[in-house]
Amino acid sequence: MSDVAALTSDSHAVVVGGGLAGLRGAEAMRDAGFEGRLTIVGNEPHRPYDRPPLSKHVLTGLLPPDVTRLPSDLDGDVEWRLGVGAASLDRGARTLRLTDGTTLRYDALLIATGTRARPWIHPEEERLPGVFSIRSRDDAASLRAALVARPKRVVVIGAGFIGCEVAAVCRELDLPVCLIDPSPSPLGRVIGSAVGGLIGAVHEGWGVEMRLGAEVAHLEAKGGRFVGVRLKDGGRIEAQVAVVALGAVRNTEWLDGSGLSADSGGIDCDERGFVTDAFGQPDPRIAAAGDVARFPHPLYGGRRIALEHWGHAVAQARHAGRLLAGDASGPVYGAVPNFWSTQGDMVVKSVGLTEGADAVAIVQGDPAERRFVALYGRAGRCVAAVSVDSARWLPAYGHLIETAAPFPPAEAVTDRPSRKIDILDPGFA
Amino acid sequence: MPTTDDSRDPTPLRVSVDLNLCQAYAQCCYAAPRHFRLIGREALFYDPAPSADARADMERARISCPVQAIRVEDPDV
Repeated sequence: MSDVAALTSDSHAVVVGGGLAGLRGAEAMRDAGFEGRLTIVGNEPHRPYDRPPLSKHVLTGLLPPDVTRLPSDLDGDVEWRLGVGAASLDRGARTLRLTDGTTLRYDALLIATGTRARPWIHPEEERLPGVFSIRSRDDAASLRAALVARPKRVVVIGAGFIGCEVAAVCRELDLPVCLIDPSPSPLGRVIGSAVGGLIGAVHEGWGVEMRLGAEVAHLEAKGGRFVGVRLKDGGRIEAQVAVVALGAVRNTEWLDGSGLSADSGGIDCDERGFVTDAFGQPDPRIAAAGDVARFPHPLYGGRRIALEHWGHAVAQARHAGRLLAGDASGPVYGAVPNFWSTQGDMVVKSVGLTEGADAVAIVQGDPAERRFVALYGRAGRCVAAVSVDSARWLPAYGHLIETAAPFPPAEAVTDRPSRKIDILDPGFA
Repeated sequence: MPTTDDSRDPTPLRVSVDLNLCQAYAQCCYAAPRHFRLIGREALFYDPAPSADARADMERARISCPVQAIRVEDPDV
């Protein structure tokens, strides 16, 4: 197996992807002592910016959409190629072709092309005025403008985290909003309907209309504008604005023909972080990080997973940047997955992965007070925890998950010393 | 190069908070009350682009964070 290519001050390192992971990866190369030429390619015309505020404070109007540029200690020692994307990769010639027809030759390449919003199933319906998705700051600016116009109703298609955040924003703006999802509760696929139902009850308390167990068949138009959704059961919901929040797809199409193992689920990496080809062989000049990287996670028996989490993008990009700069001394990357979601004035946080969980228990706090921690078990081990307005307790549960501690946990906790813990079906469909 | 980065102050500070780490101890809200506040029990709202004259407040907020979740970029340093 070929070894890590040593970069020198004459080398050229290229980062494809001008988001959080690309930026933090580039910084890590510099921190690891790389002094050569460094280029960051980003398909949006903006310097890397922070996305989480886009579905929250930008939509409520607390922040303008263009102020979330990320802090960075990269100064003038980076060449920016913004507003241009990657078109193809020739690993033999070590060149990257860009969408403007130019090419970049690289000695090391960091792939951080991330994801885009999963498109609505009918492209012609998605193009209707009044239909939105949220991924970029330009998307958020467009949706904000539509909300300011006080639509009579907003429909949010998909009750995942982004959908729930948008629905909460609509209620903060006192706009009627309907959240539609095929699951029996919001967040059903991510955290199960047992805990998802508790979150859904909070949304209902805010006045969010719920259409659960329902699927949208069509976005309907009148006079060339979106006017409502037609459900698969034949029902109709009138609305002036639709937000399509069906998750994300990974940006890997440009890797077709590169020989690398990549598809809509991500680009495969080995345990060090190098990308691999169709035969599983690593390319020691190319690493991947962030949403697009599908890597063998040591906490999950080496199963390959791709995580769309902010903290993961930062930590994995730092790892990949160091790796490409020749510093492979650190441990194998395997941080415990974690994320947060701010829905109105409620904070939902998670650590671990709920996938495959066969049990859940409220181990702390009380849903009636909208303040609790739910712990998930799988085959008698702790695998994930979700907190609602209880973030300070979460790191302790992170430790239980990291060490695959027995589930249910034996010890009583300080704020509910004597109550028996009820083990529930987590309610994954 | 097609870079657009329009903001209120031409050279503001750049701030991001790792909200995974944030545990709502609210020390930043005391250190820099014009730029950080809690919504509800633990939803932190912060200004990601405060003007450069907030430098001292932001530095106080950064240092006072018990979980060291605040990152500030100062264009003049």
